[in-house]
Amino acid sequence: MKATVTVMLKPGVLDPQGKAIAHALGTLGFAGVNDVRAGKVIELELTETDPDRARAQAEDMARKLLANTVIESFRVSVDG
Amino acid sequence: MKAGIVLFPGINRERDMAIALQGSGVSPRMIWHKETELGDLDLVVIPGGFSFGDYLRCGAMAAQSPIMEAVRAHAQRGGYILGVCNGFQILTEAGLLPGALLRNASLRFLSMDCHLRVERADTVFTSRYQKGQTFRAVMAHGDGNYFADEDTLNRLDAEGRVAFRYATQGGDITPEVNLNGSARSIAGILSENRRILGMMPHPEDLVDPLMGGTDGKPLFDALAAA
Repeated sequence: MKATVTVMLKPGVLDPQGKAIAHALGTLGFAGVNDVRAGKVIELELTETDPDRARAQAEDMARKLLANTVIESFRVSVDG
Repeated sequence: MKAGIVLFPGINRERDMAIALQGSGVSPRMIWHKETELGDLDLVVIPGGFSFGDYLRCGAMAAQSPIMEAVRAHAQRGGYILGVCNGFQILTEAGLLPGALLRNASLRFLSMDCHLRVERADTVFTSRYQKGQTFRAVMAHGDGNYFADEDTLNRLDAEGRVAFRYATQGGDITPEVNLNGSARSIAGILSENRRILGMMPHPEDLVDPLMGGTDGKPLFDALAAA
């Protein structure tokens, strides 16, 4: 089944990339963008078929490698 | 002093590091990341570069390489470890030093000289410098913005574990010379036992008059004498 891990910088960690994107959106004429945060999406195709176990596996992977929990938080969603 | 330089795919500063060590009388052995033994080394050096193409996060892949288990054991035995630039990033990703290196606040890759203020001269890395003096080093990084939470920063300060800060040539700490945006202008930190040093700028770039200066040489001389 498919697990999707979304990794974002924690609130309070400066996201210069997000700031640059916000600036570029303003330059393009998009008004009313108050803040932009940029992160990563990692899709995992797992052999596991039980959603709870698949989620637990993906969370373990996120903690050990996919996210650096010093600076990043993550969330996992499972489907398929 | 028996030294080894750990090599990951994408590391490109290993020869400069070897030249710097040789200049101080140490002949380092190159150690491929797939090896699992370090032998009887006193010093492990993780040089700069772009290990594994900086995929996922700088240093994230290297930190999981087979050799890192041996590097961890070396650290636990109280061995010396020097990580420069990508090497510093790898040490934080491996959990051997606290904090993380974020994208430079300017989003720009910084390739230029900087001045580092020596925060303590009673470590094996800094004993040939004077406390409070500055020396010139070369920065060459896109992700050198040191980050740690407030508690960790306070602990680093309280325990005297900041080795170097970005400073003016005269030794003043100002936002203008903290080009990558590092927390508290931190350029290098030490482990609790002060036997592991991670730093972003390259001391190995200035170890011979032919390179334009010898400001980095005292660090290698001090290590060689340890």
